[in-house]
Amino acid sequence: MSGIDFDIAHLLAGSLVLISFLELYQDRLYSLLNIYALHALVLAASVAWQALIQDAPHLYVTAGIALVFKAIVIPVALHRIIVRLGIHREIEKAVGVGPAMLAGIGLVALSMVVMLRVTQDADPLAREDLAFALSVVLLGLLMMVTRRNAVSQVVGFMSLENGLVLAATGAKGMPLVVEISVAFSILIAFIVIGIFLFRIRERFDTVDVRELDRFRGERR
Amino acid sequence: MTFDAVASNGLAGVLAIPAVAAALLAVLPDYRATARLNVLAATLTLICALSLFFGRPPPNSYLLVDDLNGTFIALTTFVGFTTSIFSASYIAHELETGRLTPPFVRFYHAMYQVLMFAMNLALVANNIGLMWVAIELATLTTVLMVGIYRTHEALEAAWKYFILGSVGIALALFGTILVYMAARPVIGEGLDAMEWTVLVSRAGAFDPALLDLAFVFLLLGYGTKVGLAPLHAWLPDAHAEGPTPISAVLSGLLLNVALYALLRFKILLAANAAALAPGPLMVTLGLLSLVFAAFMLYRRRDIKRLFAYSSIEHMGIIAFAFGMGGPIANFAGLLHMTMHSLTKSAIFFAVGHVAQVKGTQRIADMGGLTATHPVLGWGLILGIIAIAGLPPLGIFMSEFLVVTSTFARAPLLAIILVFGILVALAGLFLRLNGIAFGEPRGPSAKAQASYVPMFAHLAIVLVAGIYIPPALVAWFQNVARLLG
Repeated sequence: MSGIDFDIAHLLAGSLVLISFLELYQDRLYSLLNIYALHALVLAASVAWQALIQDAPHLYVTAGIALVFKAIVIPVALHRIIVRLGIHREIEKAVGVGPAMLAGIGLVALSMVVMLRVTQDADPLAREDLAFALSVVLLGLLMMVTRRNAVSQVVGFMSLENGLVLAATGAKGMPLVVEISVAFSILIAFIVIGIFLFRIRERFDTVDVRELDRFRGERR
Repeated sequence: MTFDAVASNGLAGVLAIPAVAAALLAVLPDYRATARLNVLAATLTLICALSLFFGRPPPNSYLLVDDLNGTFIALTTFVGFTTSIFSASYIAHELETGRLTPPFVRFYHAMYQVLMFAMNLALVANNIGLMWVAIELATLTTVLMVGIYRTHEALEAAWKYFILGSVGIALALFGTILVYMAARPVIGEGLDAMEWTVLVSRAGAFDPALLDLAFVFLLLGYGTKVGLAPLHAWLPDAHAEGPTPISAVLSGLLLNVALYALLRFKILLAANAAALAPGPLMVTLGLLSLVFAAFMLYRRRDIKRLFAYSSIEHMGIIAFAFGMGGPIANFAGLLHMTMHSLTKSAIFFAVGHVAQVKGTQRIADMGGLTATHPVLGWGLILGIIAIAGLPPLGIFMSEFLVVTSTFARAPLLAIILVFGILVALAGLFLRLNGIAFGEPRGPSAKAQASYVPMFAHLAIVLVAGIYIPPALVAWFQNVARLLG
């Protein structure tokens, strides 16, 4: 593999981690969705680049799905939902920006240490891709934990899935069945979420998950 | 028809019948007919599953039937069949009281068959990617069914289940990718490197560090679906707020399917001498779940939540047994899993009807059940006695086997195990007293229940506690050997 191929793959995967950090501190839903669209866009570019250098044309399908569904359709639809719900102005955070960023840095360091150590024999592209992918997955998890709003939790989940797609495409020659299923499951997940948001709105007049927490636990 | 044709028809039937039934149930309007169709489909699936014992198709790169998953498929389709009978009478009552409307019932029946399809697919999958897809599908269908009542509590439970389930599933996918990464240098690129039969035969040459890491992710991911503490948070809510037939299927079947996925990867790791031993991890999580859930039984006010915690407790015992490994512990684990599935679903059949006649799930609002509804009350008592692990019922047998085999190898662990089991037993009996005896409380209208599924399950558990046919013992011993 020539140097420049490697560098570009590296650049794209690294950008994905950085954009995950950007998502972490957005305090408005609108800008969060825009950043998520960028996340998906970079993912599409990264997958397309992998398709090119691995000479694996089926990966273009995955890239196309990332581009069309994740970077365009889903952000647009979520935009509409939040406007209709009238919650596009603010985000509530459970944890402040500072601690969240610090925790994020810690998680990235953790995934680098873990992945680079155990994959010493794997080829360098795959192993660094995997390390980046794990970082994106963990940052997505962190975002789900630090947000209270159902929409931003969903965005956290979707960026987590982006990390999984990055890992799946970085693993050279992984069968198509998985990539399609990943994309497909995101689609299903989105439908599920759409239904949920609709119902949550219908019942609670809010999508703040804290409202749901009131009903948890035992019947008293 | 030749023998081979029967075998491959059996496999095709296990997958195709639920899929076709789901499509039909989604479009047919009449709920009486659809409830019957649901039972019919479950019956046919059971027949196909049983036919797999008499001949099975050779494994291909996507599907596989061996002794291990044959056992799971038989159990899944059997409980799926009995639950469909219970579901028919349960749903009829829900329609009468107006908790569910006909369109929702149609949706419910279609989802029931999609769930059966997804679980069967997860069990017969020979490709670890396909298995993951199937478990994801099963998760999504159960999320939809848990939220079907659209009450505050149901939505909250479904949302929690969805978020925690998806995170678990995501971690499991990452683990699956890592297994592929470990396999690729040895097997080469493509489908073969995700094919379970190929993976196991070549596992000795895989990079052990990658396999270790993969198993950690798989354990956390699928472990969430098994309901192992501390990843269990979704389970009590999902059980309590969904329709009771779904609680029965969740506890009796879906947890087993996730456990089956874990067991497959455990076998894979065991085939690599340099990889970490997966047993101790499972033993730790199992014991933690057992002791934690046992104590949680005491403060429960909701009857379905009570039995949900009891499921966590028993999944802990099962994970512990499989984690200990060896022919006797594996045998005990398999037996315990079977007995738990049958008993717990029988209990949920009883609980479903009890909650319907009493109009509540609060334990404080139901009492003296043996006086107002003797058949239901005594059925529930028998179920609780069975699940608490008292002789002569089947769960006593399997728990006894787990405990004695552990005492021989790790006495300290056995003490914790016995402690957890006893704490759970006392907790269950404390509640049993309030539910079944004492001053009758709440409405005492006659239940329109189908008792057959409940008593059929309990009869099997009772008989299994006294006598297990030698053929079945030999079969379980064989599967236990496979598990290593």
